[in-house]
This record gives sequence, C-alpha cells and structure tokens, in this order.
Amino acid sequence: MITAIFVLTLMGLILGYLLGLAAKYFHVEADPIIEEISELMPGTHCGQCGFAGCGQAAEAIASGETEVTCCPPGGKQLAETLADKLGITINLDDIANEPLYANINSSECTGCTRCYKVCPTDAIVGANKQIHAVINAACTGCGACKTACPENCIDMLPEPIVLETWHWPKPIAA
Amino acid sequence: MKFSPFRGGVHPDGYKELSAHQAIEKLPLPDRLYVPLRQHAGSEALAIVQPGDFVMKGQLIGRAAKGISAPVHAPTSGKVLKVQPFVAAHPSGMDSNTVIIECDGNDTPIATPTNIDPFSLDGKTLSDTIANAGIVGMGGASFPAAVKLSSASRQVVNTVIINGGECEPYLTADDRLMRERPEQIILGARLIRHIVNAENVCIAIEDNKKEAISALRQASSEYRNIQVIVVPTLYPMGSAKQMIQAVTGKEVPAGGRSSDIGVLMHNVATTYAIAQCLSQNEPLVSRIVTVSGGAIKHPKNIEALVGTPIKQLIDFCGGTLEEPSKLLLGGPMMGQLMPSDEVPLIKGAAGVLALNNNEISQPSASPCIRCGRCVSACPMGLVPLEMANHSRQQDFDGAIGFGLKDCILCGSCAFVCPSHIPLVHYFQYAKGEVAYQKATQQRMDHTRQLSESRRARQEKEAAEKAAAKAAAKAAKEAKAAAKRKKQNAASANQ
Amino acid sequence: MNIITISSPHAHDHSSVSRLMFHVCLALVPCTLYGLYSFGFPAINLFVITIVSGIFWEALCLKMLKKPLNFLNDYSALLTSWLLALTLPPWAPWWIGVGGSFIAIVVTKHIYGGVGQNVFNPAMVARVALLISFPVHMTTWPIAGNDPFAISFLDSLAITLGVSPIPDAYTGATALGAIKTGLSVGATANDLVSDHFVFTDALMGKMSGSLGETSALLIFVGGLWLLSMRVISWHIPVSMLLTMSALTLLFHLIDPTLYSMTSFHLLSGGIMLGAFFIATDPVTSPSSKGGQLFFGAGCGVIDFLIRTWGGFPEGIGFAVLFMNALTPLIDLYFRPRIYGRRIDGSPKQYDTVEPAQEGKQT
Repeated sequence: MITAIFVLTLMGLILGYLLGLAAKYFHVEADPIIEEISELMPGTHCGQCGFAGCGQAAEAIASGETEVTCCPPGGKQLAETLADKLGITINLDDIANEPLYANINSSECTGCTRCYKVCPTDAIVGANKQIHAVINAACTGCGACKTACPENCIDMLPEPIVLETWHWPKPIAA
Repeated sequence: MKFSPFRGGVHPDGYKELSAHQAIEKLPLPDRLYVPLRQHAGSEALAIVQPGDFVMKGQLIGRAAKGISAPVHAPTSGKVLKVQPFVAAHPSGMDSNTVIIECDGNDTPIATPTNIDPFSLDGKTLSDTIANAGIVGMGGASFPAAVKLSSASRQVVNTVIINGGECEPYLTADDRLMRERPEQIILGARLIRHIVNAENVCIAIEDNKKEAISALRQASSEYRNIQVIVVPTLYPMGSAKQMIQAVTGKEVPAGGRSSDIGVLMHNVATTYAIAQCLSQNEPLVSRIVTVSGGAIKHPKNIEALVGTPIKQLIDFCGGTLEEPSKLLLGGPMMGQLMPSDEVPLIKGAAGVLALNNNEISQPSASPCIRCGRCVSACPMGLVPLEMANHSRQQDFDGAIGFGLKDCILCGSCAFVCPSHIPLVHYFQYAKGEVAYQKATQQRMDHTRQLSESRRARQEKEAAEKAAAKAAAKAAKEAKAAAKRKKQNAASANQ
Repeated sequence: MNIITISSPHAHDHSSVSRLMFHVCLALVPCTLYGLYSFGFPAINLFVITIVSGIFWEALCLKMLKKPLNFLNDYSALLTSWLLALTLPPWAPWWIGVGGSFIAIVVTKHIYGGVGQNVFNPAMVARVALLISFPVHMTTWPIAGNDPFAISFLDSLAITLGVSPIPDAYTGATALGAIKTGLSVGATANDLVSDHFVFTDALMGKMSGSLGETSALLIFVGGLWLLSMRVISWHIPVSMLLTMSALTLLFHLIDPTLYSMTSFHLLSGGIMLGAFFIATDPVTSPSSKGGQLFFGAGCGVIDFLIRTWGGFPEGIGFAVLFMNALTPLIDLYFRPRIYGRRIDGSPKQYDTVEPAQEGKQT
C-alpha cells in the first residue's frame, strides 16, 4: 500500500516535471501567423471588414475576434485559405460564390470624379466631366465607389462569363 | 501479350470501316460561312473587317493578337455580313466572335506574290509565313504551328515526327489524306525538317492503316532521311507524348516541350497545310473532316471550308438516319459535345460525329469500387480514381498530387471505368478550378500592387504638398523678413 | 442557352460493376455446385439461407439509407454472401449464415459507407468474426463425398435448425487441422500428410473443408476463366500462390518432418479460393499493379505463417484482412511513375540535347 502510493506519487512528480520541461522546450512564439495572414489579404485597405486596414483585420482574424469570412474582396477563396491556415471550419454558404465587381452605368454618370478619388486600386479611369469606366482587372470589388457615387449609377455585378473564363462545372453525378 | 510502346492505353472499337473507303470529296460552296475568330489555343484573333466589306478568298480577316494567337483568313470570296458573337464550336454552348460571310460563289482568290522555292528561304522566314497563314495544330489541340516551330528551332531538333496515329475511333480524315495526297505530306515533312534543321523525319502510322503506310513509303522512297514507322494500334497513340515515346523511347519531361528531347511533332494534316502554304501560298482556310457515326446516312471524308456549319456537312452525307443522340466535334474519346448543328467547322476539328443510342453509353455513375482499371489504362501513369475523389471533395492540391497537372484528358480511364464515373469531367472541372484560383490570386496580387503604388503616390503627393507649403511659407517669411529689413533700413536711413 | 455538362469520352468499353460481379458469381458456379453436391442437403440449406439473408440485409440497409433499391442489381450483395457461404462449414446451423451475412453486409459494408467504401473484405470479416465467436460451430466439418445424400432433406432441416447435433460419425477434421493436431503431438509431417492427404482427392475436392473450398481444380478453372475474361488481373493470384509455393518448398526442404510439402499446402484449405476470389476483391485490394503483387505476396506470407506456426490450422481470412488494412499504405507507396517524371515526381531529364548555339540557321 505504502509502496504503491510512493511509486505513484513519484511517477506523478517525474511526469509532471517532464511535461513542464516539454512546455518550455517546445514553446512556440505565438504571432508569426499575423504576418502570414496579412500577406494573404487583398491589401487594398478598403475597410469593408470594419477595420481601418488589412493589417488590423489580419490581427483580428488571427486572434479570433472576427470571422475569416469578413473580407468581401477576398471572397470564398480567401476564406477557405484562411480557414485552412487557422485550422477552423467555416460555412462557405454564407459567402457569395462569385466576387462582384463595379460597373458604371455610363448613361447616368456625370463625370464627378468622386468614385475615381476613392478607388483604392486606381481601377477607375476618366477625368472631370467625362464618363468614367472601371478597369475590371484592377477592381477588387470593395464597393467604395458605389458608396461615393452621388448619382447611384455604380452597380456591383459578377464578372460576366465568356468563353475564355468559362470552365467545366462539377459533374452532377455521384 | 502484344508489345506496347507506352503504359496503359485502351482498344476502343474502331468504326473506321464506316468511312475509310470513302475518297475525299469537296463540299460545294455553302451560302454563308461563320468563321470564328477563335479557332486556336491562346487569344482570340482581332477582326479587321467591317460588315459590308468585300473579302477575297485567303484575305486576312482577323489578325493574331498579342502572345499566343493565330490569324484567321476568309475561306472564300464574298461580303462580310456581320461580325458578331455566334454559337462557338465549344462544349459550353457559349458564343464567340464570328465573321459571317455571304459567299458570292466565285471563290475569287486574293492576289498572291509569285512562288519562290521555299527551300531557298531560311527557317525564320518560312515559319513567319506559316504564322501568317494561320496554321494551327489540326490534330485537335489547335496550338499555333509556327509557335511550335520557332520555339523548336531555338533548340537542337534531331527528329521530326509526323503524327499519322489517328487513334480516335471513327476518324479517317488523316488516313484518307495520307492515302490520297502523300506527296504533299512528304513535301511538308521536308519543309519542317528544313525549318528546324533536323536530321531525319519519321512518319509514324498505326498498323491499321495499311494503304496509308504503303502510299507514304512509296512517296518517300527517294528521300533517305524520311522513314515511315509502323506503330501498334492503341489509343491514345495519336497523343503527342505517347507517340514520341513509341517512336523514340523517350518521355517528354514533365512541364517541358518535345524539343527538350530533340523532337518536333506535327500532325499529318498540319504538315499538309504547311506544304500547301509554302508551296501554293494558301493560308489555312479548309480542312478534311470525317463525317461519320451511326446516325449518318452515308459517312464521308469531306474537304470543307472552315466556317461551314456542320449541318451542311451532315446534309452532304445524305442527312441523318435518326435524331442523333450526340453530336460531336472530334472523335468520341476526346471530342466534345456540340450545342447545336449550326456550329461552324473549325481548323482543329478532324471529325463531325452523329452517334446513335447504341454507340453511346451513359448509364448513371455508380460508386467507385477501386478496381484500378483506370490506373492500368492511364497512359500517363496517374491514379485517376484518387484524382477524381480529391476533385469531388474540392481538394485540388490532393488531385494535383496524384497527377492532375500531367493529365492529358485522353479519356482512357473513363472509357474503362465499370462504374461509369465521369472521370474526365472531374479532371476538366478540377483543372478549371485550379486555373480560376490561380487567376484570382494573380488578380489579387495585381490589385494589391496597385493599391500600394496608389498609397505611395498619395504619400509622395502629400509630402510634396507639405514641402511646397513649407517652401511657400519660408519664401513668404523670407519676403516678409526682407521687407522688414528694408523697412528697418529705410527707417534707419531716415 | 443550352449548357452542356457532359464531357468526353463519349465511348465506353461497356463494362459495368454489375457485369463484373456477375462474372465472378458465374465463375463460382462449378466449385459451388460441387460443394453442394458433396455435402448434401444441409449445405444446400446453409447456402440458400446465407444468400437470401444477405440480399435481405442489403435491401434493408438501402432502404434505411434511402438509397435506390436498384443497387441490388449490381450483384455485390449476392457475391458477398455467396463467398461467405463458400467459406462456412457446410453443415453449420442457419444462424451462422444469417449472422454472418449480417456482419458482412451491414457491419462491414454499409456501416463503412456501402459499395466501394469498406476497408475490409466483408466475407472475410464475417468468417473471422464467426470463427472467433463460435469456434465449435465453425470447426465442425462433415466428411465429404461419403454418400452425400445419406442425410435426407428432413434430417438436414434438423441439422440446419440446430435441433439435433451432427452425428459424430459424419464429422472429421480438415487435412490442415489434422496435421496441425498431429504435429502438436509429435508426429512427422510426412506421415501425417500421407495419412490425411491424397493428391487427386484434394485436387478434385474429396475431402472435408468449407463449403466451396474443397475442389482446388474447379476453383482454379473458375479463376482462369475470370482471368481470361479480364475480370481479375493475374497479379494477386499469381504472387500469392507463388509466395506460398516458395515458402512451403523452402521449409519442406529444410525439414520435411516438420513442414508439409507444397502441393499439400496449395490444394488444401482456402488458399485457392482466397487467391482467385477473395484477395482479388477490387474494393479492398490495391489499385496499382505493383501494389497488387505486394498484396498477394503479403497474403501468401501471412497465410503460411499462420498455417505453420499460428494457433489456427488455416489463416487465409486473417491474412487477407491484415493485408486489407495495409492497402491504403500500399497504394500510397506503389503509385505508378508519372510519364515524364522520375519516381520521386521531379521532371525527367535527358542530357543528350544541348541548347542550340547561335548561328545554327544558315
């Protein structure tokens, strides 16, 4: 009886000490993940997530304060990558499948240049009193221009599918 | 067991007897041609004609875009009716920009410079001529021929292989071409050899085309360095990588080109087009196409203009016996389903097939039983069942790990799958998704760059503004000080 | 707009899962008929009960899983319960058949996700589970070929229903069992084999054993037919039988008093049935050819180990199950080399072609 108690206590002490050592030895610095996440973010600081810029959003995502799905320009793909990185599962149904991009309705545009000024990627071309247009390839879909437009003539639309961008859908079967 | 030059492969029923004995016939001029500006791998050609323009046969109507592209020429003389989107020869059923020409029936050719002996010109000039003639790979991939030639001529090419495999069931267009016009093929082969400065030429033909073999042997008898090689009939022998392995015993390194191992390969139809272009100054505006399948009344091999609606080809064969269950462009293994019979013939289409219900099999897919037949059938050494599994779960990295990027979409795996799993469809889907993700990533990198440069510019502007302000302020102060000084001086003087 | 979502290829070799399974069933007919003939009515009862219950369990599972019942048409349930019946002692009571098919179809197959998803061979899991749970019932072997229909149909019902025990006069050990027992009491392998094993009888199946494993010849014929129909590939059977032959030959040459000869091992027990019909189950065997060779060899080695030194006279079930467990690992390591790549996946390189020098074209 005494021996048993003694042996078990001893084992507990030794193992506990080993665990403590291991914790110290294998300690991982916590934060490189923020760097990695900022690398993945669109980097346009559009502010749609509610943070001032992508860096702050990355910190919030890393600490779990906000969802990985908070970034509309990053869309489904970014959310998946982030979820993968952080080892969490997310409900992808919440995110719009296709990213949306700005389209200026040229018949209503007055050429006020307000959208042009707010665009974080200089994706809008045009000059004062001229109709503006969006360079699709440079648009992140942040929607800043839509908010800024006094004529309400900017629509966020999915990129039209053409032969070049079409790809095979998933097979229906099985 | 028969010696097989590459691993895997399958033996689909040939059905070549349907059209193999039919000599090439020329299709009468149709009323209208629908010439798509995208008939090749790479970017769409840019239209240079307007509705109302009159074009001659062989006149350039679409110039090659930047990067990998090929020009498009008017197949006959007539009036351009419209340049507009029209249903494309593509499984998506989407439209692509098409020049619609109303034929005037005269088939007047554009004036061409007089012929010079092509062998007296250098390779660069010849391959430019081929590029300007809009010649693309006519075996199916439609890769611009000149791009292949000029990139090959930057490396040492020992062997030019002329691919007369034609392993797809039903198709006999290349077979007939080799039987009926062997001299032009030999000429084309010699020209390609001349362009890339190669030592020898191998014309590789599957052993089920005896007449073609003897025709080419005869035509090439006077050229010592042209060899006709007989390869076993095995699908996908006509695939470039497999054919190269069968002929040379070497494999094209992954991610590399055939010229990395000193080989350049062209299809016989492409070789013929090259010969026509360099000896007759004809751009690529027509091709030989097999119209066959169980639903076709009289299967034929037809020489038709690019842009001819496939309905007219079918009508020329006496129409259909029944409503075809599937209308395909290309062979049954790699050809794609066409959205309608209005689709125009394109440069890369070797066949138009109207298959009836007995010829297609499409029972619904059942679960994979892991029998491994796809693994044995794959000529690339991939594990199709795992690739499909990972693709289904959208684990594209996993699918790439099992060889998605090396897949040539030959369809051997799906052909043998007892569970009827649409394996190739999974791979098409996965490849599309991977490309889309890559494009999205590139877009994001691009926009990030733009945003950073904008911020840098704004900061610079702000700094400049501040500097200007500071300078202005300093100037003002200096002025004021000077004034004060002056005043002081003035008052001191007084 | 008409969006078409069917990709190439549009041709097919007209094979199907149900056809494959059906061919395997056909190949089993000769040895099954022989087994039923030599073991009489009780064997017929057990065979019918096992198959009917197997199909019942399948239908029940499909119904509960709300899967279409047309999956019944793929013959997989028929084949699984058929194979199970062939590996049972021919005069086993009804509940062995019903319980066995329950373990095979419900526990091993459907709980793991149905056709194609099971890790282990259903028939073998069932057989091994029964063997461990009911060792007496699973090792009571009637003597084959002794006037098979001496037991009338009514008496056979009593045996099948377990009402009356099998008369001792009708039972005897299998050759493998007799030799294992004999060796343990110090007899020599040579004597035991000549006592219990007659080559032609073993070939033809005049010996005791499981319902369908007795006639090595008929199983072999069925297997050859499957090979010729390309339903199975030669890799697993050949490597399995070769491994077994090589090992038994080696040990027999080392010490003939302890180790029986090769022909005895190849013709007795379930090795033939296992090599052609059980280890070749596509779902639970590797998909690459190299992997299949390894798998077959592994089955042969383990079966030999169990027969020679293990506690059971026959170990084919255990051998197959053990290799089933290794199958994912085998598939991982026996991937085929990809065209244009080295075995490690890096692009192949040839050093024969140098980049072109300037001024090549003249």
